Amino acid sequence: MKLIVNGYEHEVSAQSLEALLRELAFEGEWLATAVNSELVRANERKNHALKDGDRIEILTPKQGG
Amino acid sequence: MLKLYGVEISSRLMLGTAQYSSPAILIDAIKASQTEIITVSLRREMSGVKSGDGFWSLLRSLGLRVLPNTAGCHTVKEAVLTAHMARDIFSTDWVKLEVIGNHDTLQPDVFALVEAARILTEDGFKVFPYTTDDLVVAERLLEAGCEVLMPWCAPIGSAMGPMNLHALRSIRGHFPGIVMIVDAGLGRPSHAAAVMELGFDAVLLNTAVAKAGDPVAMAQAFAKAVDAGYLAHHAVVLEPRDMAVPSTPVIGRAVFT
Repeated sequence: MKLIVNGYEHEVSAQSLEALLRELAFEGEWLATAVNSELVRANERKNHALKDGDRIEILTPKQGG
Repeated sequence: MLKLYGVEISSRLMLGTAQYSSPAILIDAIKASQTEIITVSLRREMSGVKSGDGFWSLLRSLGLRVLPNTAGCHTVKEAVLTAHMARDIFSTDWVKLEVIGNHDTLQPDVFALVEAARILTEDGFKVFPYTTDDLVVAERLLEAGCEVLMPWCAPIGSAMGPMNLHALRSIRGHFPGIVMIVDAGLGRPSHAAAVMELGFDAVLLNTAVAKAGDPVAMAQAFAKAVDAGYLAHHAVVLEPRDMAVPSTPVIGRAVFT
């Protein structure tokens, strides 16, 4: 299916958010995720089913003021 | 001692972690500032990089309290979602709430700010709102559930220092029991001392330290200035007088003829 991940289109086979992170090599331990502007907590990723056209944001700690 | 949502904090200086020329200088500046609270942001990760892990493990090793921000958010929805993502990753209910209303001045959209503060407070967050020095907005933020206010003294990163002393005095004087942290616009240690002398409880800095010629020395300078201003406020500052007043006793002065 086609997904938008951090603003870029990807064709993936992953069916869950956890599988998507693995497939696209988002391997960091410190990630926060949202699907279609809704938070998906770390412990919910395994059971969060993705569907065609979902927009996914994967964020991580960065410098901030 | 400074109390932020029930947490006692010794240092009255809070430090941002952006714009340093190297991770080593960032860490040394944080240590020199003696801050107990650092601000961080959330940004998009890249695949196969783990960029956030390196940065965050470096900061975590310092054992400081983290205040995640919602920098760059322009709507209530963006800010609320970012706060929730920050809580998930940092396991803190503290959030420095920024809802930007203008690209040039980076001034907050105070209407959206109040609304986001209300939603986040209801969601259990301890909100630190980046706001203007407007008295009425401050009232609305308190009504929304904020126990701390963070008025600017000048636009973010401008280094202009306190631009409107009257407004800062008014807001400080109007809410004597509310913790107020001056956030944004400070450029020099003397600016920090000046707002602390007015009775503000703490300052939040980033650019003034990070972009100084020697960030580590500047972090120390700001720490001393914040302490000096705090002490001066509690020592009660002498108000200016129109006429000269001799400091040396006049009585007993010799008369030479």
